[in-house]
Amino acid sequence: MTMLQQTSSPAELPLLDVKDLVQRYTLPRESMFKPAGQVHALNGVTARVMAGRSLGVVGESGSGKSTFARLVMALEQPSSGSVSLMGRDLNRMPAGELRRARRDFQMVFQDPYGSLDPRQTIARIVAEPLTALGRMDRATLRGRVAGVLRQVGLRDADMDKFPHEFSGGQRQRIAIARALITQPKLIVADEPVSALDVSVQAQVLNLLQDLQDQFGLSYILISHDLAVVDYLCDEIAVMYLGRIVEQGSPEDLFAHCAHPYTRALLEAVPRASAGGTRRRRGAQSIASQSTGATGCAYASRCPLADQYCRDTAPALRNVGTAHLAACHHAEAVMALPPAAGG
Amino acid sequence: MSGSINTPLIEVRDLGIRLNTSRGPAQAVRGVSFSLKRGETLGLVGESGCGKSVTALALMGLLPDSAVVSGSIRLDGSELVGLSDANYGKLRGNRISMIFQEPMTALNPMHTIGRQVAEPLRRHTNCSAAEARKEAIALLDRVGLPDAAKRVDAYPHQFSGGQRQRVTIAMALACQPDVLIADEPTTALDVTIQGQILDLIAGLVAERGMSMILISHDLGVIAENVQRMMVMYGGTVVESGATNAVFTRMGHPYTQGLFRARPRLGARKGTRLQTIAGTVPELADLPSGCTFADRCAIVEDRCRMALPAVVDVSAGHGVRCVRTDVSMAEAVGAVGA
Repeated sequence: MTMLQQTSSPAELPLLDVKDLVQRYTLPRESMFKPAGQVHALNGVTARVMAGRSLGVVGESGSGKSTFARLVMALEQPSSGSVSLMGRDLNRMPAGELRRARRDFQMVFQDPYGSLDPRQTIARIVAEPLTALGRMDRATLRGRVAGVLRQVGLRDADMDKFPHEFSGGQRQRIAIARALITQPKLIVADEPVSALDVSVQAQVLNLLQDLQDQFGLSYILISHDLAVVDYLCDEIAVMYLGRIVEQGSPEDLFAHCAHPYTRALLEAVPRASAGGTRRRRGAQSIASQSTGATGCAYASRCPLADQYCRDTAPALRNVGTAHLAACHHAEAVMALPPAAGG
Repeated sequence: MSGSINTPLIEVRDLGIRLNTSRGPAQAVRGVSFSLKRGETLGLVGESGCGKSVTALALMGLLPDSAVVSGSIRLDGSELVGLSDANYGKLRGNRISMIFQEPMTALNPMHTIGRQVAEPLRRHTNCSAAEARKEAIALLDRVGLPDAAKRVDAYPHQFSGGQRQRVTIAMALACQPDVLIADEPTTALDVTIQGQILDLIAGLVAERGMSMILISHDLGVIAENVQRMMVMYGGTVVESGATNAVFTRMGHPYTQGLFRARPRLGARKGTRLQTIAGTVPELADLPSGCTFADRCAIVEDRCRMALPAVVDVSAGHGVRCVRTDVSMAEAVGAVGA
């Protein structure tokens, strides 16, 4: 079960094509005379996902990961930029067509306790994406539900139970079954395992892996846990304050990362091994999202920052094959000894 | 557990806690014993429902009234089990403090952070409001809150998660406690902020000579932050010892399973994660023998007969398993480098 490195020809149409996505939220007005402040949640994010491949998105809270997920799911209109699934721009579709197109992309949420309606049976919860698409007779519907429940490792008999009868791991399986029932091509999973216990987390990650091998699904996996995205994804994007600061294969990113922020994330992962002692870290402050500062957004936290960094924002550029980084000092960062994984 | 020369600061002997749950009475904690000397740090690891937080709440005297506590908890030689609420109130926040998991809910949204940090001082010491406020500013400054003097009158919602956790740490430290209990202090925080908060706690523990009990489900956090550790499962301690000894040679099948189940950075692509079969049992229907028996790969009939005794596999490293000969022969040992 090795992941083949498919060489995608440039002519091949990507499953998902996100171009220069910008999202701004307006803050509540604080003064009658000043214009309302704005939060730049996304500042020009470009990404593509080929069929059967997975993109991991990592970053701290406030980096724009979840906004990215909401825009890919067409739950919000972006301020500018486009999201295209199989060549069709989701934000230019008529509402009815978008509704039908939703069968191709589904979402799995973080909290399996909050994302399932406690008053509905499992059969109704799992069938909902199908019933939203159009009428279907009861027997077919129950057949489809039984099918997906088996695929995620649950039994037919579970159909008429309620969510409270299941453990956290089983609930997350139900949420995955609900996403699978429309036979989507893309599943966006926002922190799918962070609410689960370690032993159960491994079961759900294995399931996601198996489903991808079986159905050729693509995932966009949003997580703050680097090891989780490393396990499931072919490509990883590291986000900081609404921008992708580094993007590449897990091997490139973790063996020789090119952005100081990626390195800081890697170094912050505690190692579960004997002889572990605390490595002291310098105090870091988080920059604000609303300031429209000129230079590199990471400069205030970066140990390598110089005047040039504070004046000129670095663009995302190639630092290797299919390895992008937005840092003036990328080469210097890559030359550092690797930040060993845990 | 460890033969101590000087008297332990906190000593727990055969602690048992029975809780009333919706499914009837449940033995949430059984036979937990440990002792901590001044300045020592102890880690508690386990998944949800293993009894680690209940143990912490018992130390704080914060269990519900219906809970039945057996065994003994001694702080500097004086018994805490059965202590009246009024007397416990004099200890709590004064000699024993706790940092809670959720900085979002641990703070009162209606009071300024300055007032909340000063509250234990006003309650336990005779200082005036002005002195308490001054001390609160000093504490907030010490835990690294920027502009403490200016922000002392701000409300919790005006701070980020990491800053709020700093405020709860300042609250816990206000009266210079002897014992600090940190229950998953960084679970709700980003990995970079987690590092800062753990650094801060480690620095303060060393600086003030406190004893710390750190509760976490993250083996990495435990490995880097405590001298000794206990792994809990189903209300019992299944493995305990010096952190280095446990990570070098894990004895219990559950500890090994937890360790193997973690996704690791840089693991080869396509390798499957090793899972522990089944799910964490509910406290109301724990198996009678070894609590891990139903999920264990090397279970035998005798495992289900009675709760296994603790086997000392090396000095101070105890494993509650009858099959350590098998489990440790194929142990993961130092795989995690």
